[in-house]
Amino acid sequence: MTLFCANGRSDSLVVEGRVLAPAQGIDEALRVTVTDGVISAIEPGGTGGLVVAPAFIDPHVHLRTPGREDEETIRSGTEAAAAGGYCAILGMPNTEPVVDSAAVLAALLQRAREEALVPTGFMAAISKGLRGEELTEMVELAASGAAAFTDDGRPVESAGFMRRALQYSALAKLPLALHCEEPTLSRGGHAHEGAVSAELGLGAYPPTAESVMVVRDLALADAESRAIHLMHLSARESVAALEHALSNGVSASGEVTPHHLVLTDEAVRSLDPNVKMNPPLRSADDRSALRAALRRGSISCIATDHAPHARHEKEVPFEEAPFGVTGLETAFAALHTHLVVPGELSLETLLERMSAGPARVFGLAEPRIEVGARANLVVIDLDSEWTVTEEGFRSLSANSWLLGETLRGRVVTTVADGRVVLGA
Amino acid sequence: MSELRPPAPPRRHLLSIRDLERDDVERVLDTARALAGSLDREVKKLPTLRGRTVVNLFYESSTRTLASFELAAKRLSADTMSVRSAGSSVDKGESLKDTALTLSAYDPDVIVVRHPSIGAPELVARNTAAHVVNAGDGKHQHPTQALLDLHTMREAVGRLAGLQVAIVGDVSHSRVARSLVQALDLVGARALVVGPPTLLPRGIEALGCAMSTDIGAIADADVVYVLRMQAERMGPGEAYVPSLREYAASYGIGPERVRRGQVVMHPGPMNRGAEIDPRVADSGAALVTDQVRAGLVVRMAVLYDLLTVAAVHVPVHAELA
Repeated sequence: MTLFCANGRSDSLVVEGRVLAPAQGIDEALRVTVTDGVISAIEPGGTGGLVVAPAFIDPHVHLRTPGREDEETIRSGTEAAAAGGYCAILGMPNTEPVVDSAAVLAALLQRAREEALVPTGFMAAISKGLRGEELTEMVELAASGAAAFTDDGRPVESAGFMRRALQYSALAKLPLALHCEEPTLSRGGHAHEGAVSAELGLGAYPPTAESVMVVRDLALADAESRAIHLMHLSARESVAALEHALSNGVSASGEVTPHHLVLTDEAVRSLDPNVKMNPPLRSADDRSALRAALRRGSISCIATDHAPHARHEKEVPFEEAPFGVTGLETAFAALHTHLVVPGELSLETLLERMSAGPARVFGLAEPRIEVGARANLVVIDLDSEWTVTEEGFRSLSANSWLLGETLRGRVVTTVADGRVVLGA
Repeated sequence: MSELRPPAPPRRHLLSIRDLERDDVERVLDTARALAGSLDREVKKLPTLRGRTVVNLFYESSTRTLASFELAAKRLSADTMSVRSAGSSVDKGESLKDTALTLSAYDPDVIVVRHPSIGAPELVARNTAAHVVNAGDGKHQHPTQALLDLHTMREAVGRLAGLQVAIVGDVSHSRVARSLVQALDLVGARALVVGPPTLLPRGIEALGCAMSTDIGAIADADVVYVLRMQAERMGPGEAYVPSLREYAASYGIGPERVRRGQVVMHPGPMNRGAEIDPRVADSGAALVTDQVRAGLVVRMAVLYDLLTVAAVHVPVHAELA
């Protein structure tokens, strides 16, 4: 699978501070020299209070291109990624038209070659038009550069079709990334089924809507010996099913979003459409389960599910608003502020789950801090406090769950594939 | 000739019972009681809100609520205007936000909003300088209904503290139930919601009520409050209950389920023969017409409370002189 990017420039720079590369066991004050995009030297004695880490990878980003370039373009989306410390992102295929053919994919990759600030890969659809009825030409899509297959936005409803997709995708040698949702259980659901939805009268979206599909998909994947990646997990029951499958040797992985790690359904009391997502924010108990799984590594990836929406589409009553929030520019800071600082998660684990974890699942080169490696670095000022404002976003959309909040921890430099894309 | 505006009232909007304190509820109920006296006079108008404008913005059908808000404003001598979404520019796709901004350009004092979506009145409140009253937003809240129901109960039974109220029916889809449970909790009454398991939302006790699927549990209540059972709840795809027949047999309020001394209430419109037996609806125990009359004075009280300086004992009688 390939990533695509504009203008393969290679930069030279020096960064120093606390170099923290958990996957490599590095935690030392060092000075890292990058020459023409490659790490040329790593010397002891780095000074200053900044943290230097392998840059982040987000395997779940909605770039809204083609079709909704008013919400995000490849350019603006990758600028947002750069601002968040990312050196690679994977775009989702639920666009207009859907990325379900080599022709559409090729056009998209060409745009990425022209516009992407940060290396970008694209998942292709599992089914034509995301209708869940006909397989896409997976072999050709893989050969054309697809990163994986997903119908994200929608679940694969039919178990029979899911089985066929699992079987056939073996030819493409790419994993299936799955949005698990049983539509007859989630129908009319706008918020987690609990005291908040009961009190507000919002249609209830129970955890079982996600977990029954997780259980089903894990069972099918096991029977077909195929690897699946479970997207945006939200429920305790889903975590339990994933861990049970992992302990039985099933090839499965999971991701969780920053908003599911930080918020609960209590946030929905504000009726602010910027806390309306699919899957919804769930209970404190679900959140604990997600955090514990992230710590244990059974959930190996943090993925933002960055979902830009036009302002006028979110400035409506809660039930009428589309699901989704942005997240690329705030992911690290939000998780640092709300999990690392209070001691819920170690900085090392956070960095690993944002970089090496996603790389491994999708077969991307793991960003490494070693001499000879292409430079994929993020430099962070852990103490810098900053307020999230609409004006500050590089994304074209401002539907963030953090508007007005002050966060601690700021990405100051991002080097993606040897090129400085933020700061320095 | 302009008059001095009174100082800003303590509350800008009435969006949800959740925003109210016990004092607010009692003040409005006391005002309603005082205003009820005015309904018995020959000249039914009070000059209190002369020169003020009340706009009713209704995106859902309504008989009782719209009529009573219009009349309430007129009885207080306010100018009123009703905008119903059907036939307005909403048909051309104009957003709620733009509708609120447009109407606000006419400087209304109050916008009364009824809308099928939860939180619509809050959205209007964010886009207007007017006071906003929620006349029903989706399945969320219908605060003036709860207030008029409390008024009706207080007038009929003589008290609210310690009163036991059983709310029977489709609680899950009922904004009336949500507002009423919260209001009862505020005034020290006790609410019990009763219905089939498929229509009682999980977590509803958090609102401040008890819960039962056994219709027999209403026996101890002072007030039996009956919710409308919509035909849509039984259809394919919805299937909350199998049939009207089974629902009426299990939860219908017939004469055998109402004991002497209980009063029966219903927010209307009623489905006679479904959730309520016609014999009960027409009996002396039913307070339905009292509720409708209460709607007028309570909505007068709400408008009065929002637009004038609030005092615990409202000297309304002084204006009648």
